[in-house]
Amino acid sequence: MTSPDILSHTRETGDFTRMLEAVPYAKWVGLQCERFGDDLIFRLPRKDENLGNPILPAIHGGVIGGFMELSAAIYLMMSQDTFRIPRIVDFSLDYLRAGLNRETYAECHLTRQGNRVANVMVTAWQKSRAQPIATARAHFLLED
Amino acid sequence: MNNETRVDRVNRFVNTLNQARELGLTATEAGQGYLVMELPYSDRIIGNPDTGVIHGGAITTLMDTASGSVMICALDEFELCPTLDLRVDYMRPAEPEKPVFARAEAYRVTRNIIFTRCEAYQEGGETIANCVGTFMRIGKEATPKSYRDLITGDDQ
Repeated sequence: MTSPDILSHTRETGDFTRMLEAVPYAKWVGLQCERFGDDLIFRLPRKDENLGNPILPAIHGGVIGGFMELSAAIYLMMSQDTFRIPRIVDFSLDYLRAGLNRETYAECHLTRQGNRVANVMVTAWQKSRAQPIATARAHFLLED
Repeated sequence: MNNETRVDRVNRFVNTLNQARELGLTATEAGQGYLVMELPYSDRIIGNPDTGVIHGGAITTLMDTASGSVMICALDEFELCPTLDLRVDYMRPAEPEKPVFARAEAYRVTRNIIFTRCEAYQEGGETIANCVGTFMRIGKEATPKSYRDLITGDDQ
């Protein structure tokens, strides 16, 4: 999804624009990423095209999933010492609250890093980090 | 309810979901407790620009939409059922330039919960991903009658 070139540029500058520009799906949902010290916060700005349920209205559950999955992959790539492409193996998603039509945030934790497989936890929230709208767990295969 | 009515209801429902409409999701087939939904290929949902393979998020949206619509094919009356959880296993990347299909079924319906399973595949039958999900039944009254009538086609 990216090159060693773009990855090192992103590492040095903390500017994710080039990396995200290279991935059409990131633009499709509108994913943004910012670095605070060593921490990454992923952002999904409000976007009407991302809605599912028109009555609430609420963000489509699949978009929340895609946002969290892509966040996990970027986070994992950034956490590697060398350039390794993460390939998703499985993804398990719990929806805790409706994601309303407003900005959504996500943060990731590397639960376990093995030689080839990594386990990443993702939490997504809107108004308050203490009230997550979804949590997810993903396994990735890492390829050199 | 005949199968044509099921397909019509699912497509009316899917058309009210912005993201599903943007992706161009359409139900192509339905029966008692199951449906098939199609995701057309598009450059805009590519996850890997080197290979042109679409992102898993688009597959997740396809399978969430297919699984979340299958209750229309399992219940006589329309009920909106929020997703409780989804588990997606990715078997192989989807081949570029080709649509992805999802066949979803509601394999167990209880008073409170609907259990679904779904397989995403491409022409030729190779499995792209498998998904199991649970959906909560919040009752038809939780959805406004005007919206339910729109889905069932009783608004005309």
